[in-house]
Amino acid sequence: MLDTDAFDLRKYLSRNPQSVAVWVALAALILFGLLRYDNFGGAYNITSFLNYNSMFIVISVGMCFVIMTGGIDLSVGSVAAFTSVIAAYLSPYGIQIALPGAVLAGIGFGAINAFSIIAMRIPPFIATLATMLGAKGGALVISDAQTISVDWGSNFTKMGMEKALNILPWSIVVVAVVVVALWFVLEKTTLGRTVLAIGGGADASVLMGLKVNRATAFVYLLSGGCAGLAGVILASGFGAGQPLEGIGWELSAIASVVVGGTLLTGGLGSVTATVAGALLLGLVFNILNFENGRGTISFSAYWQMVIRGGFLFAVILFQARVMSGRTDRKVQT
Amino acid sequence: MATLLNMSGIDKAFAGVSALSGASLDIAPGEVHALIGQNGAGKSTLIKILTGVYRRDGGTVQFNGADSVISSPRGAQEAGIATIYQELNLVPLRSVTENVMMGYEPKRFGVLINWKEAHRRTREILTQFGIDIDVRAPLGSFSTAIQQLVAIARAVSLDARLVIMDEPTSSLDASEVSVLFGVVKSLRDAGVSVLYVSHFLDELFEICDRVTTMRDGRTVDCRDIAGTTKLDLIAGMLGRDPDDIEQAGMTEFGASSADVDKGAVLLKAEGVSTGPRLTGFDMVLHRGEIIGLGGLLGAGRTEAARAIFGVDRLVQGQIDVNGFGAAPDTPAAAISAGFGYLTEDRKAEGIIPDMSVRENLTLALLPKLTKNGQIDRAREREVVAHYIKALGIKTANMEQPIRELSGGNQQKVLLARWLAIDPDVLILDEPTRGVDVGAKREIQAIIRDSVAKGVGVLLISSEFEEIVEGADKIIVLNEGRIITELTNPGITEDTLVRALAQTEGQAA
Amino acid sequence: MSTRDTELPAAPTKSFEWGPFLRTNGGLVALAVILIFNILVTPNFLQMQTLFVNISQVATIAIVAMGMTLVIATGGIDLSVGAIMALSGALAPLIFLSEFGQAYPALGITAAILVPLIAAMACGLFNGILVANLKVQPIIATLILFISGRGIAQVLTNGNLQTFSNPSFSYLGTGKVLGLPFQGWLALGIACVLFLVMTRTTFGRYVLAIGGNERAAELSGGPVKRVKIGVYMICGVLSGLAGLIVVAINSASDAARNGNLMELDAIAAAVVGGALLQGGRAPIFGAIIGAVIIQLVKYTLLANGVEDEVALIAKAIIILAAVYVQQARKE
Repeated sequence: MLDTDAFDLRKYLSRNPQSVAVWVALAALILFGLLRYDNFGGAYNITSFLNYNSMFIVISVGMCFVIMTGGIDLSVGSVAAFTSVIAAYLSPYGIQIALPGAVLAGIGFGAINAFSIIAMRIPPFIATLATMLGAKGGALVISDAQTISVDWGSNFTKMGMEKALNILPWSIVVVAVVVVALWFVLEKTTLGRTVLAIGGGADASVLMGLKVNRATAFVYLLSGGCAGLAGVILASGFGAGQPLEGIGWELSAIASVVVGGTLLTGGLGSVTATVAGALLLGLVFNILNFENGRGTISFSAYWQMVIRGGFLFAVILFQARVMSGRTDRKVQT
Repeated sequence: MATLLNMSGIDKAFAGVSALSGASLDIAPGEVHALIGQNGAGKSTLIKILTGVYRRDGGTVQFNGADSVISSPRGAQEAGIATIYQELNLVPLRSVTENVMMGYEPKRFGVLINWKEAHRRTREILTQFGIDIDVRAPLGSFSTAIQQLVAIARAVSLDARLVIMDEPTSSLDASEVSVLFGVVKSLRDAGVSVLYVSHFLDELFEICDRVTTMRDGRTVDCRDIAGTTKLDLIAGMLGRDPDDIEQAGMTEFGASSADVDKGAVLLKAEGVSTGPRLTGFDMVLHRGEIIGLGGLLGAGRTEAARAIFGVDRLVQGQIDVNGFGAAPDTPAAAISAGFGYLTEDRKAEGIIPDMSVRENLTLALLPKLTKNGQIDRAREREVVAHYIKALGIKTANMEQPIRELSGGNQQKVLLARWLAIDPDVLILDEPTRGVDVGAKREIQAIIRDSVAKGVGVLLISSEFEEIVEGADKIIVLNEGRIITELTNPGITEDTLVRALAQTEGQAA
Repeated sequence: MSTRDTELPAAPTKSFEWGPFLRTNGGLVALAVILIFNILVTPNFLQMQTLFVNISQVATIAIVAMGMTLVIATGGIDLSVGAIMALSGALAPLIFLSEFGQAYPALGITAAILVPLIAAMACGLFNGILVANLKVQPIIATLILFISGRGIAQVLTNGNLQTFSNPSFSYLGTGKVLGLPFQGWLALGIACVLFLVMTRTTFGRYVLAIGGNERAAELSGGPVKRVKIGVYMICGVLSGLAGLIVVAINSASDAARNGNLMELDAIAAAVVGGALLQGGRAPIFGAIIGAVIIQLVKYTLLANGVEDEVALIAKAIIILAAVYVQQARKE
């Protein structure tokens, strides 16, 4: 009998064409940048790029879990804005209080989502839409619609502005740890597999005796917590709580998840590919900025949105083609 | 006899409507116990109460000698009751291993899943079933039959004391059924009990020890299967005298009408291929003729229907409609050419659950009811009222949502949907599947009547007596190709089975 | 409240039951409660001025919400409505302020209304093709224009606020018929047309059938793709119209703000009005009631000195309550 345990690269590729495509595209874009721009590979560009995108990465990974169950979380942007204000208010007590405090606030919103979806049986789209409005309103109320300056005297701003071991900003290190931990959860634990099973078939998962409600609650709490963490990074990176920020973040996160090959209907998905998706979308802007800097072209900021939409369009076309190829091959009864 | 499971006096009502009243079930250790009854008799409800999906209103359940405290599917699994539901309860996007092991994965350090061990165990379990597949591949990439066996493998792997199988063979072919029966027998030999629910009564005689019959939410009979006849079982389910049934024949088609003059040619298919699952299909259908498609699961019967109705694209060959060319390339084109297609899967491809009986019934007729984009509502009501009366559809009124009707009545509405367009050709894919015995005979009578009016029917049915008695001609398919044709009079279940067995032999 | 419910014959009721009544008429009851509250509490509520202000503001939400209701009835959703408003709103002044528009005012105005509407319809066509032909999930398909539609509008106007003084165009947003805002009548007219379409035409029946069971609709000969593309085009054109009205009210076009968050208001209005997110129901007048409720809550809070931000939270609670009641009805 053949040893099917051995890792079969060809099989892996044929089963995950989109995940592969996103890595290839990312590598191609990096190569393009390295060859074309002098400072592209410089420490400054890399750190500032990662620093800015760490917020989106952490939100996207949280979103990825939600989407794998077949749900969606539209509240992440507003929740991040809300928790950035909380973090700013807590900053005098130091990062050791502000970080957990803001993350807990995010988890609180996640709990509201989970309650509406599981106990009240409200569709995720609507439940998190309501939380989005609520969190936005809440952020404006507690901040009086002003940006809230952080306490520069405490160690709070270290998170976003100083480097661990003088190499990488703390925010990136924290996000990296979270991403790795979540990768383990998804790939190696029953909880992670349950998340995937729910998206593949919620009724079947219940009948299989899986703890569906627990896993569903987990993904929304996780997504809220990730948004909370993003809020902390936002506040510490910009030195202020930003109640008006976060608009459209949920859509960027969804776009990253989709680009990473996660099916929006759930059941299929990957943490690493989602990170790659977030990096890829971020890199598109990074390169546009370099192009603008060279003066060869001049894209106004408004073009960025157009290009972002065009990019999403391209990915969707690709995914539609791959998926239709897949269903064609599927054996029909 | 010692008992493993004893359910007695079970009551259950949904929104005031009684589904079970005083139902009982008694299963001994190491026996294969059949549970039969018409649709709506309460079999599924009883099972769901046992497995903790529903809560009972009254009665007692004793499992393994103690009062059962099962309140969830998970609890049932932990108590030693494994269930394979009629609708596959698996996740097609995930790997075979995950589907078998989900929730019970082998762990390292108590947390991390040991995938290597999980794959190995899954392969080991599947090998017992004679299946050798790539366990890492998504379950959905395999045939329904394999998926069904994987579901059974999962149930068996949970070290159950009682395995419940709800219609396990409905999507298996003969060789897979025999694999399944082998598994059932080895479970019995190992002292595990099996509760076997099936519409296919013939199977029961092969593997079951005892049979419990339910009717109208009550348990009406429990007896050893030895010394019982199929007729006894049908009589028990219907609550009728066995002798009456014998006289009426097994179906409403009665004696075949092959001696009646055949009318004009309605439809001619020549060398039709839509892919590997249907190649070189030929057929000529006349007015007033029923052509049966015989074959096992996956033989290409449904594919032939889909090709003719314009659902699947033709790769090769041509279909002539009424002698003047042009195969329909969409369902809409097929309907305007005078075709109707009653699909196999009533829920997924037939009814629109929240729409009324009226709206469901006239869905295919809409283009003919429309003037300048507007629906002629008076005529619509007229048509609907006519068919509700003519087919004896039991509904409170024509505005009742179709989901509230019984399976048999839903099927009649769908039949009416096609009769209403005054079709020349009716394609009927399993027209009596999943409906109770009474409705089955009524539907057969409706088909017979419309054939008498000159409709040509293409009939697909897994119930052999239906095509044996109903069809003028049976085209026998295997692996997408026509193997032989049988002509009535002269077809018996025996000749059909022999024709199929022959194809089996050739295929092997 | 919904078109489908009204066609059911009334069941003979022995005693009046509040529960089912509230569930089927929740929208109307909520509306009545808000009105009574306002009459008792809000100063100067019962005045022509109040009615005028609310109608002129609710019309745009109602118009978009009706388009959204049709899309939701097929089981879809359209996130791009706000962006389409911005796009069509940006196009109109560009046209009548152009040299051509100045030289031929009548032609200019006609073009300034027709061209944006055609562009909006084209956006709907784009969404519809993605959903119907490429089988992309509606949330994602419409996300593309949600992101880039407003960007296109900003590129077209360079992000500038376009102000103008053009009485004939402004009639769309400030005109009066029988003393009430023109756009209110417009919304009502559209509602009547759509109601007839949904109850009397084949198209309407197919919309509901597709939302109810798409496979069955297709196998029964329903033109699924064309109908789906149709609803997205209707939704697009109605959004475009709403975008024009907003520009006409303000005598200015701001691509950054026109229609911002309108998708949320429209979805909320549709759902409060009784649309089922999984499809199969299209309560057109329900969408108007939903829009009025949302507008009145906003107005009530503002008129009673409650901050704008709190109004967002109130809106969140309304949406949750409406859908919760809907879920309860299903079970």
